[in-house]
Amino acid sequence: MADITARVTMPTSARKGEIIEIKVLARHTMDRAVDAPGLKPSPRRIIHSFRASYAGEEIFRMALSSGIASNPFISFTTVATETGVISFEWLEDGGAVYSRAATLVVT
Amino acid sequence: MRVGAALLACCWVVTALAGDVRAPRSFLSPELQALQDDPARHPGWLWVEQGEALWRAAPPDSGKQACAGCHGDIASMSGVAARYPAVASDGALLNLELRIERCRAEQQGASAFGYESEALLSLTAAIAARSRGQPVNVRVDGPAAARLADGRRLYSLRQGQLNLSCQQCHEENVGKRLRGDVISHGLGTGYPAYRLEWNGVGSLHRRLRACSLGVRAVQAPFGSPDYLALELFLADKARGLAVEAPGIRR
Amino acid sequence: MADKAPTRRMVAAGLAVMPFAVQAQPMASAAADVNRSSSSENFAEAERALLAGRTPIAAGITLDVPKLSENGNSVDVLINVDSAMTREDHVRAIHILSEQNPFPRVATFTLSARAGRAEVATRIRLATTQNIVVLAETSRGAIHRAEQEVIVILGACVDGG
Repeated sequence: MADITARVTMPTSARKGEIIEIKVLARHTMDRAVDAPGLKPSPRRIIHSFRASYAGEEIFRMALSSGIASNPFISFTTVATETGVISFEWLEDGGAVYSRAATLVVT
Repeated sequence: MRVGAALLACCWVVTALAGDVRAPRSFLSPELQALQDDPARHPGWLWVEQGEALWRAAPPDSGKQACAGCHGDIASMSGVAARYPAVASDGALLNLELRIERCRAEQQGASAFGYESEALLSLTAAIAARSRGQPVNVRVDGPAAARLADGRRLYSLRQGQLNLSCQQCHEENVGKRLRGDVISHGLGTGYPAYRLEWNGVGSLHRRLRACSLGVRAVQAPFGSPDYLALELFLADKARGLAVEAPGIRR
Repeated sequence: MADKAPTRRMVAAGLAVMPFAVQAQPMASAAADVNRSSSSENFAEAERALLAGRTPIAAGITLDVPKLSENGNSVDVLINVDSAMTREDHVRAIHILSEQNPFPRVATFTLSARAGRAEVATRIRLATTQNIVVLAETSRGAIHRAEQEVIVILGACVDGG
């Protein structure tokens, strides 16, 4: 399956109980459905969902529509609870899922 | 070889003013300036990311090395974008895009990416980003002098159905509004740039083609001698201003 | 302890972030999914469906959007809901609605107390000058509402690209 270009910006470490900010960008044209006179019809092809999990438990989710800008940017927060992997998934129309992960060290 | 380029967006080592020509970023709203300075939010960094991956990857099929095989880490490209366009040993004026294409053909034995391809834009953005904050300093003496003169002539040449020269907007009416846009000095220091209008990264030549269309003139092809000469003239005009690539533009 | 831990630095994906798959336990669905909204649904219907009979509180949300947007392709939206984000009382869903876009439901964020702050940001498309409405649902069943107009400026130098 083709991959996606994505960037995750977050701290690599945090103190227990600290609220960290996570910012993600993914390269995607977020194509709206085309169905207008004179234009070639094409189906919608967007990232429709984004999920973040921390040590296996989902901590954040977003449902996106075609009203989200190309190359979707999402920012959210989470409380640093334990050293663990934070994983990110982008779900595309048509069933493709793209993922990234980063480790947060909690002191 | 220069190494260790600081990629900190806040590190603007060059003043915003050179003569009376204002830096392109000064024509952006505070919100877009902040976006240009924030790699965590700047979508152009997705292209930089991809370009850095291409830098490290050997071209398929040719059996030759990756860019990194000869040049080492991409940090070695610090300052390069500030010196382009430049005249090559065979006398051709090359901008950064064409320099990369030539290297790819001659050193890597690979087929060209193609002007305005996503791969070429990405690699150009990644290399140009290594000169962010450094002052534009192109050579305009020797063999470049004639091309600079070509560029100057094109800049002041009235064109198209609107019969406008670049100069009439970008020198004589700087700071005034065209609908919601503020007319800038029309410099290329932010290119390749992420343009909101495009929803993506594009080259300076794509922007110049939009200018040509805007005055209802014939659009020159990407990489054409006319746009290259104009690019050199604009870079000379931007001398001393910071490279902003990848910029954010409306 | 030092204010800034020496080990702390920011990372960008591609350097320290690797592709990785985790089978995560999904959170309880907090609200209707934007993808399930009907294509014929208008703004008023979408808002009514989300309110589900509740009267919204016109306070408690800071909605930060530009008053003038330089291009409707990309409009920054920053939302902060005043909440302690405790297990007992937290924001569980934030919805962005558009009055004039083809689809009124722009996005839904699903949060838990683990967020620490009810603060999210994204970038949206605006077809034209219009009001943006944000609804925030709490775990106690309250719903907050904020509204802000964004004027979309039309540029001159467009090339249809």
